[in-house]
Amino acid sequence: MTDALAMGGYGVYVWSCFGLTLIVIIICTVQAWRRHRTIFNNARTQIRAMKSD
Amino acid sequence: MAIWNFLHKMASPPHFYGLAAKIIPWFAVTGIALFVYGAIGGLFYAPPDYQQGDAFRIIYVHVPAAYLSMLAYVVMAIAAGIGLIWRIKLSHAVAASAAPLGAWFTFLALVTGSIWGRPMWGTWWEWGDPRLTSELIMLFLYFGYMALRAAIDDTAKADKASAILAMVGAVNIPIIHFSVEWWSSLHQGATLVRADGPAIETTMLYPLLAMIFGFSFLFGALLLQRVRAEVLFRERRSRWVHDLVMPAGDTQ
Repeated sequence: MTDALAMGGYGVYVWSCFGLTLIVIIICTVQAWRRHRTIFNNARTQIRAMKSD
Repeated sequence: MAIWNFLHKMASPPHFYGLAAKIIPWFAVTGIALFVYGAIGGLFYAPPDYQQGDAFRIIYVHVPAAYLSMLAYVVMAIAAGIGLIWRIKLSHAVAASAAPLGAWFTFLALVTGSIWGRPMWGTWWEWGDPRLTSELIMLFLYFGYMALRAAIDDTAKADKASAILAMVGAVNIPIIHFSVEWWSSLHQGATLVRADGPAIETTMLYPLLAMIFGFSFLFGALLLQRVRAEVLFRERRSRWVHDLVMPAGDTQ
């Protein structure tokens, strides 16, 4: 098990690359969904503001 | 004529907005499944490379990231071009949405490449290397595109100006691909896209293909969600967005 993780001394390079990939994909996902929600809520707020004028 | 009606319907913002929401879960599930299979196969089942040992396993994230960094640019440049020529609004929304994703994948390709270069070449970075430099230029093209869009308030003007930048910058794509053939580079040559077929064993190849397709499906899901947000913003004053965001019976 430790051998599989150590990867003949290259483990730190290999695992950091895979870890970074996961982080980037998570960031992209959070950004995309958060942006959609923000724009959706802003549209609603603006319409309400217009109607109450 | 049927095809034109179909395309016209597809490009209509409310139709696209709803359809994309239905497609995204399928893309996400397919992408995650391929990613998990590819990562397990690449990390544990593929044999070590005869020259690079286990360090070669970085290929399973580096190559898909580099591939997607270029694919996102091609999507961006073609969508921008279609928007410019045929004035399809959805097209510009696609181009604008592809840019930040492309920038992230370019960043990932550069950093994983750098981490791979340290044990294999003995250096994190080599200034002047054609492959490394052309990929870095692409990162700056993405930044330039996004900065230009952010600097222009009028969406239609931002679409036009940034579309021209995206199309001119596309000249960098073949330069990236052929850089390792045209000039001497530290970077190794192509493994998959070769005249004599892929130069790689199947137990190494299948996880790599799974990762490339997995990344592509995840990119597809992320792009669709970004375009949905972009469409909502561009259409924020339209009737359908009004009906969408206001809950039924809300007279506030």
